[in-house]
Amino acid sequence: MQVESGAFVEKARAALTDATLQHALKHIKHGFVEARAGAAARLPGFEAMRDRARDIRAHTLAHLAEHLERFEANVTALGGHVHWAADAEEARAIVVRLCREKGARTVTKSKSMVTEEIELNPALEAAGIAPVETDLGEYIIQLRHEKPSHIIAPVIHLSKDQVADTFHAEHPKYGFTERLTERPALVREARAILRERFLKADVGITGANFLVAETGSAVVVTNEGNADLTASLPDTHIVVTGIEKVVPTLADCHTLLRLLPRSATGQDITAYVSFFTGPKRAADLSGPSSFHVVLVDNGRSSMLGTEFEEMLRCIRCGACLNHCPVYANVGGHAYGSVYPGPMGAVLTPSLAGIDKAGHLPNASSFCGRCEAVCPVRIPLPKMMRHWREREFERHLSPAPMRWGLGLWAALAARPALYRLALGLASRLLRGRATKGWIGRLPLAGAGWTGGRDLRAPSGGTFQQQWRRRRGG
Amino acid sequence: MSASPESHGTIALFVTCLVDLMRPEVGFAAAALAERAGFRVVVPEGQTCCGQPNFNGGDRAAARRMAARVIRLLEPFERVVVPSGSCAAMIAVHYPSLFDDADALAGKARALAVRTRELTAFLAEAGFAPEARAGAAPVAYHDACSGLRELGVRAQPRALLRQAGVDVVELAEPEVCCGFGGTFCVKYPDISARMAANKAADIEAAGAATVAMGDVGCMLNIEGRLHRQGSAVRVRHVAEILAGHLSDEDFAEDDSAG
Repeated sequence: MQVESGAFVEKARAALTDATLQHALKHIKHGFVEARAGAAARLPGFEAMRDRARDIRAHTLAHLAEHLERFEANVTALGGHVHWAADAEEARAIVVRLCREKGARTVTKSKSMVTEEIELNPALEAAGIAPVETDLGEYIIQLRHEKPSHIIAPVIHLSKDQVADTFHAEHPKYGFTERLTERPALVREARAILRERFLKADVGITGANFLVAETGSAVVVTNEGNADLTASLPDTHIVVTGIEKVVPTLADCHTLLRLLPRSATGQDITAYVSFFTGPKRAADLSGPSSFHVVLVDNGRSSMLGTEFEEMLRCIRCGACLNHCPVYANVGGHAYGSVYPGPMGAVLTPSLAGIDKAGHLPNASSFCGRCEAVCPVRIPLPKMMRHWREREFERHLSPAPMRWGLGLWAALAARPALYRLALGLASRLLRGRATKGWIGRLPLAGAGWTGGRDLRAPSGGTFQQQWRRRRGG
Repeated sequence: MSASPESHGTIALFVTCLVDLMRPEVGFAAAALAERAGFRVVVPEGQTCCGQPNFNGGDRAAARRMAARVIRLLEPFERVVVPSGSCAAMIAVHYPSLFDDADALAGKARALAVRTRELTAFLAEAGFAPEARAGAAPVAYHDACSGLRELGVRAQPRALLRQAGVDVVELAEPEVCCGFGGTFCVKYPDISARMAANKAADIEAAGAATVAMGDVGCMLNIEGRLHRQGSAVRVRHVAEILAGHLSDEDFAEDDSAG
């Protein structure tokens, strides 16, 4: 899994001054935050349902092997095949091998973050197989050679004009030469092109929102219906997903399906909810004749039994991204990981190593809104803090911060020295102020005064004044 | 309503390092309110920092040592009041998580957690009714994240302000962080400043001349940003408004050092 979080600060700074991006990110508030609040308010018992969802996911993780084996047994009984991939490389090799066995030249793909995580497309291309993304957002990203900036809204960072330009540049080879400007027209054009690709595809690859152990079904939610066309038209359907997506029963899946779209887009239900259960049966008129599920571990099982296990409850709704004030201001690309925002800040270091993802769990004000909206109540701030602890233990935190914290702890343990230091700091701040305000500070304070002033203390420290007035 | 001091017992005022250094007037307002609510106020000698910067910075060992110190310091007191949702949550929510069950301090950490209150939650629980002032100007209210989400402080400051005759004006997005975030504001100053600017815009749009809040961290951040952009909106701790300590001059006696 490729992670480029080292440049987070620079990318975030650029994002803050990117007018097009800032305009695009404004959509989050109305399109996601207010929509979720409305959906939650409309459904009686929403909070109790979150408790149940948390319990279902926690139970599943406690018995993960058992549920996965049951899932595998049911898929096999239906005539499908389950493949276990320990890491990204194995997962890519399995998919490429299956595609080659079918002599595939083009494969259609329905949006799947796991295939982004394992970087499947470059592997397919290297094998001479053309992957075609069919989710509209992913299709745009693919044309632009970009990565998704949101786990459910991959092009949230783009404006309509940018999409129009991309189509105008890429679509003439299909005979579409006019630069379109209206949303419906853009969608129609993409749909016309994608329809051709659907019909020509040899293999269809989808992700899965859930795997149902008791039925052997892979469940996918979309609003475009592209997953159904991806899964049903080609002769082979390959599901690529993480091992944590399994749930024991259809009833459990039902509970989670009621929470997922409400938390994600504020919809009561998505336009399409598809249950892919094995290959085509004798009596079926259509459907793939071969059905494969690639279960990707890629670091997940190493989270079991650790302080990060709860992260595996995640159902990828994106609510934590939408409600994160950092994500909402800098967008997803700044994080340099396919999983951005709070869930990415915990998951990315778990999958790729904290040494590669150091900024991610730190770039949070710990406001706690992510946890407050998480449908499965993952304590995201607590787990980001655990990552900071791992960094601190391994001396990966920046040296000035380590010294600063060490100095502060030493002062806090020595009250007389602490009072002296605070008294001195108070004097220095007041001495630096003009009419009570400080406009520029040196060192760590320079960051503060880069974007705001500092009102100096009005007088000596509270403890000094209290002693003088009250005698302690 | 002013009851005679000591009629309800004693509280320990844990002022927090930010109040101690940056806004001593908030500590005095908090003490005045607790006294008016009928409590004797003690400021335990030797109090320093609750350890939150180290806790959130990943320095768990130091955070535990700092917590142990505070637990021992506050052990003699039946009630502990903190004029900050963030530091109160550190004690009431996070201290117990720092000690294993086998640790001798685990029980004491839990006991302290139960005895600790954020200031407005304490006042509301004590049934304190601030004196109503006629003709008080409306005030916008900013919820500090820790108080709001870790301690559920939402209704109490609003109710107290209304009892004091102050109309509370709601901000457009009261649940959105102002960008202070402790060390976050120095580690990621650009993002923090943008968040502060967004909050400042919401505060200006609310139209009140004053914005009240319960945490000095948010105060420094928000007033600093408002001042930078030339706004005339005043930033006050909710304790200052409730206590009627509305002017900087109230506590200007030590200005000579400036």
